[in-house]
Amino acid sequence: METETKLMQGNEACVAGALHAGMRFFAGYPITPSTEIAELSALHLPKFGGKFIQMEDELASMAAAIGASIAGEKTMTATSGPGFSLKQENLGYAAMAEIPCVIVNVQRCGPSTGLPTSPAQGDVMQARWGTHGDHPMIVLTPSSVSETFSLTVQAFNLAEQYMTPVILLMDEVVGHMREKVNIKELSQLPQINRRRFEGQADDYYAYRPDQSLTPALMPFGEGYRYHITGLYHDETGFPTNSTDNARAQLKRLHQKLELGDNLAMYEEVEMEKEVDLMILSYGSTYRSARKAARKARKEGKSVGEFRVISLWPSPELAIREAAKKAKAVLVVEMNEGQYVQEVERIVKSKSEIHFLGNGAGELINPEEVYEKILEVLTCQANS
Amino acid sequence: MSSELVTKYFREDRLPHIWCPGCGHGIATRAVMEAIDRLGWDKNNTCIVSGIGCSSRAPGYLDFNTLHTTHGRALAFATGIKLAKPHLHVIVLTGDGDTSAIGGNHLIHAARRNIDITTVVFNNNTYGMTGGQYSPTTPFHDKGTTAPYGNIDQPFDICNLAQAAGATYVARSTVFHPKQLSQMVEKALQKKGFSLVEAISSCPTYYGRKNKKGTAVDMMNFLKYRAVSQSKFDALSPEEQAEHVVTGEFMNRTAPEYTESYQKIIDLVQGREESK
Repeated sequence: METETKLMQGNEACVAGALHAGMRFFAGYPITPSTEIAELSALHLPKFGGKFIQMEDELASMAAAIGASIAGEKTMTATSGPGFSLKQENLGYAAMAEIPCVIVNVQRCGPSTGLPTSPAQGDVMQARWGTHGDHPMIVLTPSSVSETFSLTVQAFNLAEQYMTPVILLMDEVVGHMREKVNIKELSQLPQINRRRFEGQADDYYAYRPDQSLTPALMPFGEGYRYHITGLYHDETGFPTNSTDNARAQLKRLHQKLELGDNLAMYEEVEMEKEVDLMILSYGSTYRSARKAARKARKEGKSVGEFRVISLWPSPELAIREAAKKAKAVLVVEMNEGQYVQEVERIVKSKSEIHFLGNGAGELINPEEVYEKILEVLTCQANS
Repeated sequence: MSSELVTKYFREDRLPHIWCPGCGHGIATRAVMEAIDRLGWDKNNTCIVSGIGCSSRAPGYLDFNTLHTTHGRALAFATGIKLAKPHLHVIVLTGDGDTSAIGGNHLIHAARRNIDITTVVFNNNTYGMTGGQYSPTTPFHDKGTTAPYGNIDQPFDICNLAQAAGATYVARSTVFHPKQLSQMVEKALQKKGFSLVEAISSCPTYYGRKNKKGTAVDMMNFLKYRAVSQSKFDALSPEEQAEHVVTGEFMNRTAPEYTESYQKIIDLVQGREESK
């Protein structure tokens, strides 16, 4: 097969992936280190007949992206830490009203305005629980530039398939690094479009779900007049105060994602057999973890790798099964301990959990991970 | 006429509405429907967007593409709809708190962009849905549940604000003057660009009771007294001016509209138009 490779930046790959997935609308507000995503969207969208708008703030950007999606376009917004916090209210609206859109967060060091250009993975829990209420969330996290392209496509596809907002949780390292990507191969990735209702307008119930428990919201302006609200609503879309209805709706929002067998995304290396230690990591941190694990294996140590790609919903079953094969699990992440809590929840007390983290804007380098591997293995040998 | 309008434009199965007896919002809603009816707009190509509050429940009763959004954000949602599909008519129905407090930033920027959206502000000078707290348009010294000793915030003039920010059509009337109000909305809907009509409404339940304004009828009569033309207003003393509000058309001009400007960019980039 003929190949065409390109040197690309992570943020650039995100825009290329979005355009490939069918993005035709971007609303954003500039913030480092996500800015290139807005800049490149502004540059390229008009070529496809798409629209870019720089809104007055992050709240408005999220709102405009939802509005454009309601009008039928595939939409995206991009931001970093503080901007992501501002998007939360309308992100919850999109979850409740079941409006597809992609939200990119190129994480930087926090809290507050923190260290604007320094990397961190401190928004893992914010991505899951940042909004008020109990809705589920899809959060994907790439480890490379090439994967940023493919996961952006996947984010759009899942948004359309499940009628829900999807978060692409990048980090500054992945956003700003440059790597070779195989454009030819990536451009083979399929596109998924939201389901359409084919019947008459009189028979249309916007929020009547199909077997996949997702509704078919028809774009405004196509003859299907209905009501959208962030209030609990019945299948007509109109609000109701019934708690029975609220219970059923909330349950369905959760269940529609529980049905998704394409949502658990992860990668395992050297986990076919039992290991002394499994390193679990994600995003750019995985690259340091991988290098350290390989060095340890070369020295004859029994170390496996588990990379989480869909942070939420967590690949629970896979993590649990993998952890059973490991005497100990080491979670490495660029924060003070966030996903490690999820891993502890999943494996319960069945495996020993260790943690290596740093939320202060510094990369965790392979040597640090390697030292930690030795420390855990020595502990094991002595116990 | 009104019952015909109800059959034609209201979702009768969603009635009765939640508004209190004596609330002016029904009159304001009817004024908007009359304007749409005169223009003969296709309901399928018309979107009505609102935020949160008493006024913002209006779209739910109306048989269009309707969107009830988050508090203050209606104009930002509406901007997304309008820019994505400029052939759609987009109307925002909002309240004084919704549009000038939490949504103030979106209001000035929608006006600045001059995007073709018509905003009708149902201004009852209070936060009705949460029980009568003071709003950015509550007159100085008036009371609210959060201003028990009298409001010491200076009130916003929403029309001045929209005009200064770049709106191309701005007008104000009251629910005591439904014909004038409806005519203003009609002109606003026809305006290519950002238009705003402020409909001074009344809230006898909270604002009226808290400020001893009497019955709903008394409040309507007060609106009649309160509304004056610019020339009459200018002749009043500052003390008298505080009691009155200017009604009429404040702005009617032409300026480049946002979605049209963006289409020119697309045409330029796609090589259909020469660079200027």
